[in-house]
Amino acid sequence: MPEVESALPFTLDGFQQLLDRRGDPDWVVEARREAWAAFEAMEWPSRSSEEWMRTDLRLFHLDRFHLVVNEEPPETPLSVLNQGVDVGGRAVSWNGATHSEWVSEDLAAKGVVFCSLNRAVQEHSELVRPYLMNRAFESRYDRFAALHAAWWNSGSFLYVPRGVVVEQPLHLVSGLSGGADLGHTLVVLDEGAEATVLSESLSPEPKATGLHCGGVELLVGQGANLRFVNLQDWGTGVWHFAQQKALVDRDANLQWTVGALGAKLAKVNQHVELLGRRAECQVNGVMFTEGRQHLAYHTLQHHVSPDCHSDFLYKGALQDQSRIVWRGMIKVDPKAQKTDGYQRNDNLLLSDVARSDSIPGLEIEADDVRCTHGSTSGRVDEELIFYARCRGYTRKEAIRMIVAGFFQQVFDRIPIESVREALGESIARRVRDYE
Amino acid sequence: MTDVLEIQDLHVSVEGKPILRGVNLLIRRGETHALMGPNGSGKSTLGLVIMGHPNYEVTSGSIKLNGQELLEAGPDERARQGLFMAFQRPVAIPGVKLADFMRHATTNVRNPDRKEGEELIAMREFRKELRSNMDQLKMDHEFARRYVNDGFSGGEMKRAEILQMAMLQPKFAILDETDSGLDADAVRLASQSIAEIGRDKMGLLIITHHDKLLEHNPPEYTHVILGGRIVESGGVELANELYSKGYERIRQQYPDANAVNQSMEEEDASQVLGT
Repeated sequence: MPEVESALPFTLDGFQQLLDRRGDPDWVVEARREAWAAFEAMEWPSRSSEEWMRTDLRLFHLDRFHLVVNEEPPETPLSVLNQGVDVGGRAVSWNGATHSEWVSEDLAAKGVVFCSLNRAVQEHSELVRPYLMNRAFESRYDRFAALHAAWWNSGSFLYVPRGVVVEQPLHLVSGLSGGADLGHTLVVLDEGAEATVLSESLSPEPKATGLHCGGVELLVGQGANLRFVNLQDWGTGVWHFAQQKALVDRDANLQWTVGALGAKLAKVNQHVELLGRRAECQVNGVMFTEGRQHLAYHTLQHHVSPDCHSDFLYKGALQDQSRIVWRGMIKVDPKAQKTDGYQRNDNLLLSDVARSDSIPGLEIEADDVRCTHGSTSGRVDEELIFYARCRGYTRKEAIRMIVAGFFQQVFDRIPIESVREALGESIARRVRDYE
Repeated sequence: MTDVLEIQDLHVSVEGKPILRGVNLLIRRGETHALMGPNGSGKSTLGLVIMGHPNYEVTSGSIKLNGQELLEAGPDERARQGLFMAFQRPVAIPGVKLADFMRHATTNVRNPDRKEGEELIAMREFRKELRSNMDQLKMDHEFARRYVNDGFSGGEMKRAEILQMAMLQPKFAILDETDSGLDADAVRLASQSIAEIGRDKMGLLIITHHDKLLEHNPPEYTHVILGGRIVESGGVELANELYSKGYERIRQQYPDANAVNQSMEEEDASQVLGT
């Protein structure tokens, strides 16, 4: 074997090498080429657009990153979501390359496919092809999406056949330190299927750098039930760009829990389409920022069909000079009568210089709907601190308790104990002393 | 030796405006004192100042527990030294269960030297004790699982305050209008509970408009506050007089304090009206 360059630059030359070394099926190569052409034709997002006016990309330089291939992780990244949980399968990637994958024989015997996306396009090509970046993920949405679609090199695929109930959660772990992760998650639940997916992104060092340009696609079939958790806990030097989209079909239910803790700058588009009648979606978001972290979440709950219910709750706490931008939109199509849509974002400012922008929005074209939205932003109430201190709490203990209580209201909606604990502990660790 | 809480010549301002103008008060543990006064007289302020509320500036005077100055101590240190206040309108702490809140509080107050992060008192014993106190207050055990004061009715709030007093067993307890907003039955239950839990064991300072709370807790001492000063002290008969006849005699007898009180009342009113 000739010595092969192990770090590919995000250039035409690098792209060619990626294609050569991967040996994807033709349809995948074709899709990659189209996406690369789109990438080359596009500009990076401009600050004049509503979506990017609060998020500064000037310090982001793609040429500082490379796709590293065939690198062994220093050790299996330490994961938290599976603590005390008996998982039915696990897929691990390190710096953007698949590291290991397994699924229980029991699930495989039921026809469940759970593996790396690399293996999936090779071995389950016909199953993957109708879905992969075809129905949910929009490869032309912006330059990050195109880059992702052209360069994805790791990720996971889950397919649960009709009527199959997967009791044990499936666990996805991505580790990143210094590299580029263009992982893609594709989850397909057929009619009446049920599954829980715990997905976590982490760095071994708290200040690790890197680039994540990712995509998530959740296709929840008729009457299916998916619980999806993603915890983003990268090092504080990581650039995180993600497009995450779910399609929820008739009578299906999606519960999506988001923990956003890490990254230097994170820009996420989370888009849920309530596609079939009586589809339901609940989103629980927990955000905690510190230092100079910048976290931007743009959520869209799109009601396409009648009688659907969507409920998005995002809570954030900010310390130091960090910033959270949350922009939420409920969009109701003309035929989506009897829509019940709710969105809320509450932010707790733990310092004088932290800043949160909360921009809820409604775009309603049907006339018989109930849509409510709201947002709050403020410091920890001094009267609460005083009350707790009158009961013997130190100021610091009081603030910790109040912050924990603030998030408890989201945790109350999350049925998975390991998720509540992982989020609660991560936040408790981060809350510092305030005057 | 009996514990003593002593307030001497206490002057207090908020945003530069004087509210208390030389309050003197001495309470021994085991005594019940009533503090009465018309609106704007400074009664609630006194309670908050004793606990160390940061918005009130003590411009002169002292608050001493067993001869030791408390003014430099934060509210948490005062609580750990044995002071307690049942709030007139306690704040809600969403997401924090009353039982968890109380376990941490009880741990800190019983172990005044506890460092942050050290262990809490054993769950089993704590729960047992909490439940027995809840039974005494006729509270459903489920109540402990609710978030502190979150969505509580007026009566539930006041009972939760008394429950905390029962758990924390302070040397001195200030009860700030613990009877306000309650119906007759709830007042009776609250006053009986206070009598059972605190009378003779604690030094009680009962701030009230009404005599109902005092029926079960007849004060040994009654103090009338007007215009930020205690203008008259007496026994239980003074409380009875104020309840049945109001503050007319007091206002006439102390015209200077009354003038001050009236200007404070007007200020209160203008704040309420936002003028």
